[in-house]
Amino acid sequence: MALSYLRSSSSRSANLLRPLSSAASLRRPISTDTTPITIETSVPFTSHQCEAPSRSVETNPSELLTFFRDMALMRRMEIAADSLYKAKLIRGFCHLYDGQEAVAVGMEAAITKKDCIITAYRDHCTFVGRGGTLLEVFAELMGRQAGCSKGKGGSMHFYKKDSNFYGGHGIVGAQVPLGCGLAFAQKYSKDESVTFALYGDGAANQGQLFEALNISALWDLPAILVCENNHYGMGTAEWRAAKSPAYYKRGDYVPGLKVDGMDALAVKQACKFAKEHALKNGPIILEMDTYRYHGHSMSDPGSTYRTRDEISGVRQERDPIERVRKLILSHDLATEKELKDIEKEVRKEVDDAIAQAKESPMPEPSELFSNVYAKGLGAESFGADRKELRATLA
Amino acid sequence: MLGVVRKKMLGQSLLKIRPAVSVLRSYSSSAKHMTVRDALNSALDEEMSADQKVFLMGEEVGEYQGAYKISKGLLEKYGPERVLDTPITEAGFAGIAVGAAYHGLKPVVEFMTFNFSMQAIDHIINSAAKSNYMSAGQMSVPIVFRGPNGAAAGVGAQHSQCYAAWYASCPGLKVLTPYSSEDARGLLKAAIRDPDPVVFLENELLYGESFSVSDEVLDSSFCLPIGKAKIERVGRDVTITAFSKMVGHALKAAEILEKDGIDAEVINLRSIRPLDRSTINASVRKTNRLITAEEGFPQHGVGAEICASVVEESFAYLDAPVERIAGADVPMPYAANLERLAVPQVEDIVRAAKRACYRSVPLAAAA
Repeated sequence: MALSYLRSSSSRSANLLRPLSSAASLRRPISTDTTPITIETSVPFTSHQCEAPSRSVETNPSELLTFFRDMALMRRMEIAADSLYKAKLIRGFCHLYDGQEAVAVGMEAAITKKDCIITAYRDHCTFVGRGGTLLEVFAELMGRQAGCSKGKGGSMHFYKKDSNFYGGHGIVGAQVPLGCGLAFAQKYSKDESVTFALYGDGAANQGQLFEALNISALWDLPAILVCENNHYGMGTAEWRAAKSPAYYKRGDYVPGLKVDGMDALAVKQACKFAKEHALKNGPIILEMDTYRYHGHSMSDPGSTYRTRDEISGVRQERDPIERVRKLILSHDLATEKELKDIEKEVRKEVDDAIAQAKESPMPEPSELFSNVYAKGLGAESFGADRKELRATLA
Repeated sequence: MLGVVRKKMLGQSLLKIRPAVSVLRSYSSSAKHMTVRDALNSALDEEMSADQKVFLMGEEVGEYQGAYKISKGLLEKYGPERVLDTPITEAGFAGIAVGAAYHGLKPVVEFMTFNFSMQAIDHIINSAAKSNYMSAGQMSVPIVFRGPNGAAAGVGAQHSQCYAAWYASCPGLKVLTPYSSEDARGLLKAAIRDPDPVVFLENELLYGESFSVSDEVLDSSFCLPIGKAKIERVGRDVTITAFSKMVGHALKAAEILEKDGIDAEVINLRSIRPLDRSTINASVRKTNRLITAEEGFPQHGVGAEICASVVEESFAYLDAPVERIAGADVPMPYAANLERLAVPQVEDIVRAAKRACYRSVPLAAAA
């Protein structure tokens, strides 16, 4: 019931191999070429209470190569995290994003670092998209000083405030009102920027989401709610959790758009459209139809509530990296070998970052007591045995 | 309809209308008085005037002038972009306020009473209190959550709970409990200026009470330090700690005890987190006896923490067991006589102080 799109895949791949603009017969340098190319999205957008944007997306060789590289990097990073978790170097929770890379990458292509992003716990790739480094990711996952939260946050608590990335949240749904609050601040400061608040199909049923959406619509906040619908809230399929799984329509009076979240260009187009809309008209909902290859987290095999056929089917028909690879090859923007070389480079980058992260030490014991407050006022804090371990908060 | 018309009229101008309290700013030598309500209103006004990033959000704070009139006149003065009436959706608007604080604004969120803060408690604890720590200092949250806390009169079980102990147990929060007008002004200003999330627990029954205030208190730069208790009454024989409304009760109890030759020292805690353990312990080392007074439920309450602190730090100085006076261990009843039994009275504090001074024999516990 969740995967009717599989049936129309054959027509989609036919589209990919038919470039719409005249392909260059000469090979151009691949990394910096910004000659515009127009490509159609896999499927048209479906809209609610608004007019859908065109499915013809403007891009260029440089951008497509960047998409490929960035998604390959994210993919490799998540797979490496899987191994590190199994090697017990990563503890606790680890929610992997492989399969969903197109959402992170397409979104970044449409926005600036003045726009804000906030998401839930499946945040590693979103963090990298905002400019976070691989070292910061792996070191944080392993609880080391070089981590983006100095080892004190863990997988679910990555932040990069200087790029307006506000986490990384462990409480399902809480990030949506927080995101609307970011939008409030942007409007208050007359920033001309917007906030993308990402949440899953599981979180879409949270009451606080509707509370925040109501206020955002009342106050015309530049908030874009992005439902990353990977069709499963942990082990519960969307049809078991939501009476109406048309998440892009759930805003009622708030317009919505349904997007193929495995198509980075469609994501880019939708986010561009949403940003323009939000700055003029207030909130809008984007539903990204996407898929995660891993289970909910590393403690979930992900195959007790879905079939292996389903997972491999998506991998074959809709993988976001393969889609871009085919686009690049069909438009003659790079050779297969060049793309494979990029993948090798990326693999090495990831391996190097992991090696570096492993060198990073664990936090000093005194860090137990740091950052409790921004301004500690000389207050006292205590360890488990307060006669043995206590500190004055600076 | 009126709301729509008003919104359009206020849209453009930001008239500087002097708050009612300005009549008290004559800096003459005669004693000035101020209600807690006016103290809070003037503090909000001054902090909003001083810092553009400060804004007020809550139910009825704008056009209604505040459910308890604490925000009276602020909408007219600062406009609807800085004084925001919210729908009755605490989880939503508290989350939005925390998000605004993430981005650098300084929200003051009003809960009509702290009973309703339970709807938003995930945002207070998980989104606000813990963020600076989890992000190793990247995400500070300069937000104030304020409103009436504890029992009012006859409002029943769902509207009478004291949340001091719950919030004060959470690292990353600061929890303040003003008593007098001086406390209200100084602590609210400190809270708004503080870069961390502050839970500011007022008391509905104190809003109308008037206290004398010095010129220093009335000055717009006045601020009280967070984490420091105030010794309201110096004494020698027994220490009584209290916060919020119970400070008044403790002071009345001290007057009664004086007639019986017991000289009580009354400490107004002002700050539940950080708790001023050093002032409390110094006092107990002087008097050797301690009564803790609070309105909230007794189990795991503020008094329990104070007692533990004193036992840990000043055991050798105690001449009597620590006595706890707290709200009754029942949901708040409505009937007036039962309510009176559920809330600490002055005579409860007096009786406990006499016990600590071995002036009376405690009754055996009833089944």
